Amino acid sequence: MILTGAEILWECLTREGVQVVFGYPGGANMPIYDAMLSYPVHHVLVRHEQGAAHMADGYARASGKVGVAMATSGPGATNLVTGIATAMMDSSPIVCITGQVHAHLIGGDAFQETDVTGITLPITKHNYLVTRADEIAQVVREAFYIARSGRPGPVLIDICKNAQIEKTEFVYPEKISLAGYHPPEHAPMTELQKAARLIAEAERPVILCGHGTIMSGAEEELLHFAVKTNTPVASTLLGLGAFPASHPLSLGMMGMHGEAYCNLAIQNADLLIALGMRFDDRVTGNLRTYAPRARKIHVEIDPSEVHKNVRVDVPLVGNLKSVLRDLIPVVDEQDHPAWLQQIAEWRAESEQRDILAWPDDGKLYVSHVVRDLWSITGGGAIVTTDVGQHQMWAAQYYPLERPNRWITSGGSGTMGFGLPSAIGAWFAHPDQEIWTVVGDGGFQMTQAELTTAVNEGANIKIALMNNNFLGMVRQWQEFFFEKRYSAVQMRNPDFVKIAEAHGVAARRVLKPEEVAEAIAFARATPGPVLLEFRVEQEEAVYPMVPAGADLDNMIRRPIRKKMAEGQPVAAPGAGD
Amino acid sequence: MSHTLIALVENKPGVLNRVASLFRRRNFNIESLNVGRTERPEVSRMTIVMDAAAVEARAVEANLYKLVNVIDVQDVTGQAAVLRDLALIKVRARPEQRAEVASLAGIFRGHIVDVAADSVIVEITGTEDKVESLIELLRPLGILEMVRTGQVAMMRGSGSGVRYTPGANGHNGNGVNP
Ligand SMILES: Cc1ncc(C[n+]2csc(CCOP(=O)(O)OP(=O)(O)O)c2C)c(N)n1
Repeated sequence: MILTGAEILWECLTREGVQVVFGYPGGANMPIYDAMLSYPVHHVLVRHEQGAAHMADGYARASGKVGVAMATSGPGATNLVTGIATAMMDSSPIVCITGQVHAHLIGGDAFQETDVTGITLPITKHNYLVTRADEIAQVVREAFYIARSGRPGPVLIDICKNAQIEKTEFVYPEKISLAGYHPPEHAPMTELQKAARLIAEAERPVILCGHGTIMSGAEEELLHFAVKTNTPVASTLLGLGAFPASHPLSLGMMGMHGEAYCNLAIQNADLLIALGMRFDDRVTGNLRTYAPRARKIHVEIDPSEVHKNVRVDVPLVGNLKSVLRDLIPVVDEQDHPAWLQQIAEWRAESEQRDILAWPDDGKLYVSHVVRDLWSITGGGAIVTTDVGQHQMWAAQYYPLERPNRWITSGGSGTMGFGLPSAIGAWFAHPDQEIWTVVGDGGFQMTQAELTTAVNEGANIKIALMNNNFLGMVRQWQEFFFEKRYSAVQMRNPDFVKIAEAHGVAARRVLKPEEVAEAIAFARATPGPVLLEFRVEQEEAVYPMVPAGADLDNMIRRPIRKKMAEGQPVAAPGAGD
Repeated sequence: MSHTLIALVENKPGVLNRVASLFRRRNFNIESLNVGRTERPEVSRMTIVMDAAAVEARAVEANLYKLVNVIDVQDVTGQAAVLRDLALIKVRARPEQRAEVASLAGIFRGHIVDVAADSVIVEITGTEDKVESLIELLRPLGILEMVRTGQVAMMRGSGSGVRYTPGANGHNGNGVNP
């Protein structure tokens, strides 16, 4: 079959099972857009290419499939960059397809020529520059395989315009063989036995559950393993959902804004079993004082993560699901009553400080709104977030029982991620309830995608937490810069009008007693809905491990006794 | 400590850039990098020498291995391998000094490969130590120009020592405890 390069691209995409692509056309990808009309693929016209990349990412994380974003050369491609970097940091499988100038013009600074493979080299798992039509089929096949296998990640294909137009014989490559690409699957038995020995010797073990657990679909194995060895499970921000939050062994989130009892458990552990996590600085704090008495087992698919930040005693390199399956029969049942008792005591102390324990003081707190959202939705919604304080409160107060329902930019912390990732998630699960929790700052970065949501009839609900501040930066200025507020006050537009101008139903919520009704309104109204919550302006996220501090040196939420009298929050005391 | 890594890479455009970009991005300090063809046209071979602790050498190996175009990586440090560096050294030498240069070079099995009125070019091949030693001896005469290829390495014995199908030998990180 003789086809143009552009047709071959769509032939290959449909064979990869692609049903939706998020993109934006331009001079250098017009043949691709022209050929698209003949293929059964739904194209989502975004309002900024960053949105396309985040939508592909949200789609990928919600569905477990590869998301696809498209852009033209030059500025179209560079607008994708933030989204690609975000996907890279969180190992999200997306394929980005960009148009490029004619092959014979490359290197000559032609109109809208940008060295896109050069720019994206360090932020993609792999990328390709395609100069001929007959390369396309092989490259697309490889790109999808690379994006989703091993440690997943973004792959970019930059296709020269002549390659889109040229005709060639289309042969779909049934097999691919990549000489240098063989993701590890199993860890050797000798290493598994070493790990089992450490597990048998441990008295105070903790499992550190990361995104890899979800990406490898190992939640059942994790549950089995944790229960068999009676080991409590701490999660990274991206690992949330892999282990049921309501399980007695769940410690919730670790790290900078993790639960105090969770961080205390890690610091006092004698064994850490790290599963698909990479000891990021946001979860370890000061590396020199991190879990000083703990031996470490690291189950990880990417060998370059082993010993990177933390030296480990037993690396188990392989696919987490397979490694856990192999490990479970090798370990003995364990019981750690004293350790679990100790953790329960820490937990009880934390609960006293919890903002949920506060009596209603008539003010609107993000944590309370999120908790209301959680109870009204029965904890069953897919939640995406933007980046900032609201993100941490969403992580803390929307506990998850199941994986692939929590979509947030962790490694990159990309503001503007919330709304487009929710739209992407909706394409993965149009039948499910989808909420995005965003701040007034980040929302405005990709707010233009409201139009995309309306045009697509995306049934997503936006909980906009408006504190009129770049809240997280404000918090750091409060804690670490003597409250010298610099460029964090936000003079915002009328968000309800903004929403309505886009054709999005909207409500403003000022008081706690209006929350439930507003959420009910959003749920009952089909299509996108925006709820603007006018929340407390200078509330801080607790606990907090200051950047680079020891993990157990947390700024704790002060215990508030006189809440009913409406006393202001006491200044935080470090390290209590 | 000096580490020598051999990497087999696909002979495709941009691969050298990927490797170099990796070193820059991860802040790896490379002493020398040699790239050349092999017995297989589709495969190029890199020899990378770095002054690094074992952990860092392992990190370089693991990161190289992550590049899709890298077929295999092997740390040959401390193994039975032939290591060679080639240098061309242009030395200031009046006609009456040529004999002295020739005899110094001869001690190290180097040769004079070009003669001009007031300079000569010495070629030497050998281990890095040997090349260094000759350079030090020639330095007092005045070195006008020098170029070195950087080290290349090959394992001794009949086995190729290089695995075209990786996954063996623990280079995926299992059991590696620097
Ligand atoms: C693109 C981008 N720019 C800047 C930052 C730095 N940053 C992190 S959190 C934050 C404040 C976010 O404010 P807002 O969206 O209002 O959310 P809040 O913290 O108030 O909940 C900023 C500016 C970032 N993470 N991403």
